[in-house]
Amino acid sequence: MSKKLHVQTTINGKETELLCEARQSLLEVLRDDLRLTGAKEGCNNGNCGACNLMLDGRLVNSCLVMAPEIDGRKIETIEGMASAQGLHPLQQKFLEHAALQCGICTPGFILAAKAMLAKNPTPSEGDVRHWHAGNLCRCTGYDKIIRAVLDAAPACAGKCS
Amino acid sequence: MKNFSYYRPATVEQAVSLLENRFGNTELLGGGTDLHDLQKEYVSQPARVVSLGGIAQLQTVQVAEKSVTIGAGRTLASISEHPQLRQLFPALATAAGEIAGPQLRNMATLGGNLCQRNRCWYFRDEHSNCLLKSGSTCFALDGENKYHSVFTQGSRCVAVTPSTIGPVLIALGASVEVQNAAGKRLVEIGRFFKAPNANGEREHALASNDVVVAVQIPVQGLTNAHYEVRQKLSSDWPIVQAAVSFQGGRNGEKATDVKIVLGQVAPVPHVAQAAMRAIENQSITEQTAAAAGQAATQGAKPLSQNAYKLKLIEVAVKRALLLASGARPYWLA
Ligand SMILES: Cc1cc2nc3c(=O)[nH]c(=O)nc-3n(C[C@H](O)[C@H](O)[C@H](O)COP(=O)(O)OP(=O)(O)OC[C@H]3O[C@@H](n4cnc5c(N)ncnc54)[C@H](O)[C@@H]3O)c2cc1C
Ligand code: FES
Ligand code: FES
Repeated sequence: MSKKLHVQTTINGKETELLCEARQSLLEVLRDDLRLTGAKEGCNNGNCGACNLMLDGRLVNSCLVMAPEIDGRKIETIEGMASAQGLHPLQQKFLEHAALQCGICTPGFILAAKAMLAKNPTPSEGDVRHWHAGNLCRCTGYDKIIRAVLDAAPACAGKCS
Repeated sequence: MKNFSYYRPATVEQAVSLLENRFGNTELLGGGTDLHDLQKEYVSQPARVVSLGGIAQLQTVQVAEKSVTIGAGRTLASISEHPQLRQLFPALATAAGEIAGPQLRNMATLGGNLCQRNRCWYFRDEHSNCLLKSGSTCFALDGENKYHSVFTQGSRCVAVTPSTIGPVLIALGASVEVQNAAGKRLVEIGRFFKAPNANGEREHALASNDVVVAVQIPVQGLTNAHYEVRQKLSSDWPIVQAAVSFQGGRNGEKATDVKIVLGQVAPVPHVAQAAMRAIENQSITEQTAAAAGQAATQGAKPLSQNAYKLKLIEVAVKRALLLASGARPYWLA
């Protein structure tokens, strides 16, 4: 029963092999084993979006993905968003708008925004609010986050796919 | 959380062969959005988990002239965004698109949605030994029951049916394709859900060695819509939900073959017979829709904290009927 499972995956463009237990979530593997602590554990049950990341190009709650399910799949986390040229426009706009306080929810919001802008590059305020309904923030009151995402949209053209 | 052996079959036959003749020791895995949470809470502690994620057959959507077949592995996001499904079954597409947030809809599958366990806080709490575990009482009967059933007759457990897709599929006259070792069979969706009343029972009527393969929906030109009353935009289930379908009923035309099905008000989706009779063969106006809404509460026996749901049933039915009829949703101002 304690036998570990071998998993091959690509994380932020890097091929990665790892051993996991069936009972681990993707979030646990990233944070505890790979030390990629960008994705956060908030609720651990699909309510808060702090653990958001991209799995095969789709936004998911990594706390509910069973680790063995990622075999052969592609993962993108907040750690892969900045490039040698600097921060991703979403990260930059979150800074400029002071769209974070404690920062726990921020990676999840940024990943969610990236996923939205890939589908809908010119969102209305209502679109942004509706899309981020599964992301909770206990500090900012949301308004600055919504402004940051709306402001980032033009700069993200072509950079959020 | 207890560890388990993980299986990833490539066909439905292989998946079926891994199942057992009782629930509990082996669980199927769709997106895991319900199962993984239950495991973390020690409410479900399977020794074996059989993932359906590697079965390509479960991913198909076939739109034919007389019926549409949606694979059980399709995500709620892909259902809500599917252009033909949106056109034929707006009730289904909107219900799927209103569940939780986009990240959850990208994971949750149709099969998992129909087979998910209820969300009663006593049931989901590791430490409450309720009727559906090995206890002998439904704690919600005398406890905190504001989100529980209002149609409570005949049920020893008053948790509400969790799936908001279920009532819609009943309104649309769907069937569920189920496979076990003996082969495939079709289960009428009206017979799919069952109120669990004891340990080892589920919210559906399938056996532990059945796999939901697909959902078939007949294409009958039904006008259909779905409306949910929510406390907030996401995260929580609606408090009351109404799904409606009928022939005609638009632009003042009379509605016939009306079906009105409520969710979140009973242990199984509740077919509101009196409301259906009230609006059958009528044109849909604010008055007739409101009258159907009032009729929809007939027979309700609310618990100590949830009589407020009766008013919400009236509102949900009225608005779902008006939406389907093509009326402007005045409540969106
Ligand atoms: C924050 C939040 C809000 C939510 N709001 C809503 C809502 O408003 N309406 C709603 O309907 N749901 C809601 N849900 C629940 C969500 O829709 C379900 O968790 C999801 O649909 C389950 O699908 P899954 O594929 O992840 O199932 P899993 O967790 O993988 O499986 C659930 C159950 O179904 C069984 N199962 C899975 N696939 C099959 C199959 N093909 N055949 C037989 N058995 C199978 C599993 O063994 C397990 O017992 C919400 C969930 C969260 C976390
Ligand atoms: S930690 Fe995953 S949704 Fe909250
Ligand atoms: S900044 Fe603290 S939770 Fe959002």
